[in-house]
Amino acid sequence: MSGQPSTYQPKSGFTRWLDSRLPILRLAHDSFVDYPTPKNLNYWWTFGAILSFMLGMQIITGIVLAMHYVPNATMAFASVEHIMRDVNYGWLVRYLHANGASMFFVAVYVHMLRGLYYGSYKAPREILWILGCIIYLLMMATGFLGYALVWGQMSFHGAVVITNLFGALPLVGESIRTWLWGGFSVDNATLNRFFSLHYLLPFMIAGVVILHVWALHVSGQNNPIGVDPKSEKDTVKFTPYATVKDGFGVALFVVMFGLFVFYMPNSLGDVNNYIPANPLVTPEHIVPEWYYLPFYAILRAIPNKLMGVLAMFGSIGVLFILPWLDTSKVRSMRFRPKAQIFFVIFVINALILGWCGHNPPDKFAIPVGEGGLTFVWLSRIGTAYWFAYFVIIMPLLGIVEKTRPVPDTISSPVLSGAATVEKA
Amino acid sequence: MRRILSVIAPVLALAIAVPALAAEHEAKLYTPKGGWSFQGPLGSFDQGSLQRGYKVYREVCSSCHAMNLLSFRNLGEKYGPFYDEKFPNPADNPFVKTLAHDQEAPAIKGINEETGDVEDRPGLPSDRFPDPFPNEYAAKASTGGYVPPDLSLIVKAREGGANYIYSILTGFVEAPSDVTVPDKLYYNQSFPSHFLGMKPPLADNKVSFDDGTPSTIRQQAKDVTTFLAWASEPKQTERKRLGLWVMAYLIGMALLAYGSYRRVWKNVH
Repeated sequence: MSGQPSTYQPKSGFTRWLDSRLPILRLAHDSFVDYPTPKNLNYWWTFGAILSFMLGMQIITGIVLAMHYVPNATMAFASVEHIMRDVNYGWLVRYLHANGASMFFVAVYVHMLRGLYYGSYKAPREILWILGCIIYLLMMATGFLGYALVWGQMSFHGAVVITNLFGALPLVGESIRTWLWGGFSVDNATLNRFFSLHYLLPFMIAGVVILHVWALHVSGQNNPIGVDPKSEKDTVKFTPYATVKDGFGVALFVVMFGLFVFYMPNSLGDVNNYIPANPLVTPEHIVPEWYYLPFYAILRAIPNKLMGVLAMFGSIGVLFILPWLDTSKVRSMRFRPKAQIFFVIFVINALILGWCGHNPPDKFAIPVGEGGLTFVWLSRIGTAYWFAYFVIIMPLLGIVEKTRPVPDTISSPVLSGAATVEKA
Repeated sequence: MRRILSVIAPVLALAIAVPALAAEHEAKLYTPKGGWSFQGPLGSFDQGSLQRGYKVYREVCSSCHAMNLLSFRNLGEKYGPFYDEKFPNPADNPFVKTLAHDQEAPAIKGINEETGDVEDRPGLPSDRFPDPFPNEYAAKASTGGYVPPDLSLIVKAREGGANYIYSILTGFVEAPSDVTVPDKLYYNQSFPSHFLGMKPPLADNKVSFDDGTPSTIRQQAKDVTTFLAWASEPKQTERKRLGLWVMAYLIGMALLAYGSYRRVWKNVH
């Protein structure tokens, strides 16, 4: 796939026969065995494999859950508890799936921040990055739909809040909302279609993942110094080098995953979702799952509902044009001292936005005497930085920043020592 | 990079500490003396406490609170209140059978398979715990407008979990002199708004314990909370036990993967 000559040699009569008809083994060999990967990839690069593993995990556990789940407004909650209590190892499958969603998002955020830090979105990897953004959007949709299926209090009222966002659109909003609901409120019809779509979207994700990997194998992987491999000295074969390192990364990640599943399976969830959905009782604070919190804060930061919705979608939409907003000629932030500072502030800002999304807007985030800074104002500051980072800082920094010298090849800093890097 | 982080870390720590200090004036939660038998990765339910807790639920709580997700057979399941290893199938457990048979519920209707008539039939281990009220209107009429929450998942459905339930049950104290308690509500130090629609349910010696455990309010509260924690997730002990094996396996696998990684990469410079 990477445009290099294939080195696949079919060994048996059957594989020779197959190779001249459907060269699928050749494709696998060229993509996952012989494929050259930069030899300086660090552990942040194992998250691609971790994400593939998590996607597989979610699909398999999800298929098993769907065998026992009942997508009906009067039975959904009880069927989830039936899985927890009466289905053999149902508790394990459900906890794997529910915590798996959180772990999937942990991994995707690390993966995206890695791309952001090392400039993996820059030419020639724009399409690769955009495909990643599409996967992320599909994941957000899938997570939201899946959370609604539990049909607990937070499921139900979260679904009401999110579907109502579409109602804010001018002219068509009302109709879109009715169409999403399949009626005039979140009800059985909504639950049914959410179940159907929740089953569909993961396979769409898998489809886009294939495109994502394809695009990756055309441009080749980026690496921590952001300089493309120049010779064979700069690369190692995917198998065994990348596979074994990815394997170790996945194993470590699964240890953390296991700790959540077996010892704190409900720590990332909301207690209200263990109360069956009741349209007549609204929970005191409606909070989405942790992975949506920064965007929820951006939504609430803006007083006008429509503008809030646009800001929320815009905060993710801006990622799509990031490859053209970053004007820097240097790819990796390892050589961009100023960009590093703004990047760290961006990460902390995202965490603060998450903290704002978790808290009621009028509560004081930083109390000073009787008054203080409320969460809504803190999230306004955070929202401003979020957009400024992409729309102002990224374009300007590329022009004004004095970057550190970039080595010529991946091998050179290692082979000739740090002194040459200083001179270069 | 490291320098940036060293500046930011204290700021972040402060940001987290400030709201924690502000939370001091909210309703406090308590843990019973000796803690919970089921806490921690190695914890498992104290069966004596589960049995006493079931008795408290049956004799006190069940007059208002349903437990719709529980069946009598659950009581005899592994790690449950009346599990007996002689009866791996809880439906064979004679004690569970008796509990189901003796349930004080509105008569259970069954179909007589010979005549087709609908008749009263005795309770079976597969029966759900009986509901205290025929419908929510009856519940409201008898409690003064509230539907007492179902207790099947109560420990998982409240912030603070077991400590919250224990604190509410033991939290009925004299209201401070500057507080006027509204009609039909009861002051509780651990309830977020402090005014609770539930009457103080427990009293010393209200439930008799056959094993000689002193029947204080705190003991009853601790035991019934243990029972409710089990009911919220009957597979909890199984989960923790299996988790030990799985974690040991995963850590072993991670070590092996690390060894292979070091070995494969030995010659890459």
